Amino acid sequence: MYQPPSWLHEVWAARETLWPGFLTTVQCSALAIVCGTVLGVIAGLVLTYGRWWGRLPFRIYVDLIRGTPVFVLVLACFYMAPALGWQISAFGAGALGLTLFCASHVAEIVRGALQAIPAGQLEAGKAIGLTFRQSLLNVLLPQALRQILPTWVNSSTEIVKASTLLSVIGVAELLLSTQQIIARNFMTLQFYLFAGLLFFLINYAIELLGRHIEKRVALP
Amino acid sequence: MTDTPVTTDQPLLSIEGLHKAYGTTQVLKGVDLSMQRGNVLTLIGSSGSGKTTLLRCVNLLEEFQGGRILLEGQSIGYNEIDGKRVRHSEKVVAAHRAMTGMAFQQFNLFPHLCALDNVTLGLQKVKKMPRDEAVALAEKWLDRVGLLARRDHHPGQLSGGQQQRVAIARAIAMNPSLMLFDEPTSALDPELVGEVLAVIKGLAEEGMTMLLVTHEMRFAYEVSDQIVFMNQGRIEEQGPPKALFDRPQSTRLQDFLKNIHF
Repeated sequence: MYQPPSWLHEVWAARETLWPGFLTTVQCSALAIVCGTVLGVIAGLVLTYGRWWGRLPFRIYVDLIRGTPVFVLVLACFYMAPALGWQISAFGAGALGLTLFCASHVAEIVRGALQAIPAGQLEAGKAIGLTFRQSLLNVLLPQALRQILPTWVNSSTEIVKASTLLSVIGVAELLLSTQQIIARNFMTLQFYLFAGLLFFLINYAIELLGRHIEKRVALP
Repeated sequence: MTDTPVTTDQPLLSIEGLHKAYGTTQVLKGVDLSMQRGNVLTLIGSSGSGKTTLLRCVNLLEEFQGGRILLEGQSIGYNEIDGKRVRHSEKVVAAHRAMTGMAFQQFNLFPHLCALDNVTLGLQKVKKMPRDEAVALAEKWLDRVGLLARRDHHPGQLSGGQQQRVAIARAIAMNPSLMLFDEPTSALDPELVGEVLAVIKGLAEEGMTMLLVTHEMRFAYEVSDQIVFMNQGRIEEQGPPKALFDRPQSTRLQDFLKNIHF
């Protein structure tokens, strides 16, 4: 009779540690990607169309965050928030760090995409009497967001990978959960491989989703 | 916005002492121009003479520093309040812009929308027209420029000439009181120029008031009531096409016409 490899039994036995870890990874990544994208689009708009006093704080923010390792960012959120009197869970601090990181990257992507739209597009919007807000919503953003889709998918997968750094501040995401299991059964290679496979699956799902959206909104 | 009653003898468009500078470079050095309803006026001149800039000042795609532009009696862009120039709010500027339509050299169709939606966008967002009404009107104008069959095509699927005709339909559907054409055929392959000029000529014959910038001299000659020759930011000479082309007065216009064959 066929016997499945014994480590699969171990995986099944570890499901109550691994599954929550997997969910935590998905949750904090999703939270960071969604919030970071919204924040990033707003920052990108201000960087592109704002006056200098509006652009300045966002410029400083984007340059500062992009010039800092995500790891440092996560640690900073974890240690600085309580020091500033904000009681925040390790998960919250980690998700905040990832969000700030994601937003700074999305901001620059959005700015680049908006600036790449020919000036004639905004002029055509003006010429038919659209206000700036209407042009933004109906002319500029639909074009810019199409443009950023592939880069945005790339940034999102970076966030999922960066979420492993939360293990250092004690968030039991997929990597830390895996390490806890390995500490029990010493099946180092097998469980790291398994964790790697799960990370790959999350990112592959994001890429498939991105490709699907890209195909749906592609212009003839 | 102030509503001034429109009398028939009041010019539709009147430009008084228009000055425009990019930094220290004077582009328009005091331009006076007036247009009656139903007239077709063409601006000609060598590049850098300020004709495109003048056109773009009329719908405030360019800001100007001195003088004023009145369209249907309404001051475009700025108001004089106690001797100070005050710019209109964005809402008023947008409303004024909707009074003119514009066809661009590069068409500037919205690439993410099909031909029909390029036309309906302004109708729905600016005129607040219900979708079905906007579609019906857009179809009427696409038919008018001969492109109803292409209503679901995106700009990328249309030739340059077809794109420009959609762009004209997009502008005309808004029912502007003045149409601006900024070198509408300059970016087209020679064999596509004719179809666009035919559309513009048709509109002129229907009584559309139009201000054109073009290098198509034969077309300007045929379609215009007035031709204005610009040189170095000023109007050098103007008159009906026949008089202007047959008996140019200024040496600059004589030189300009010497280099043009039609």
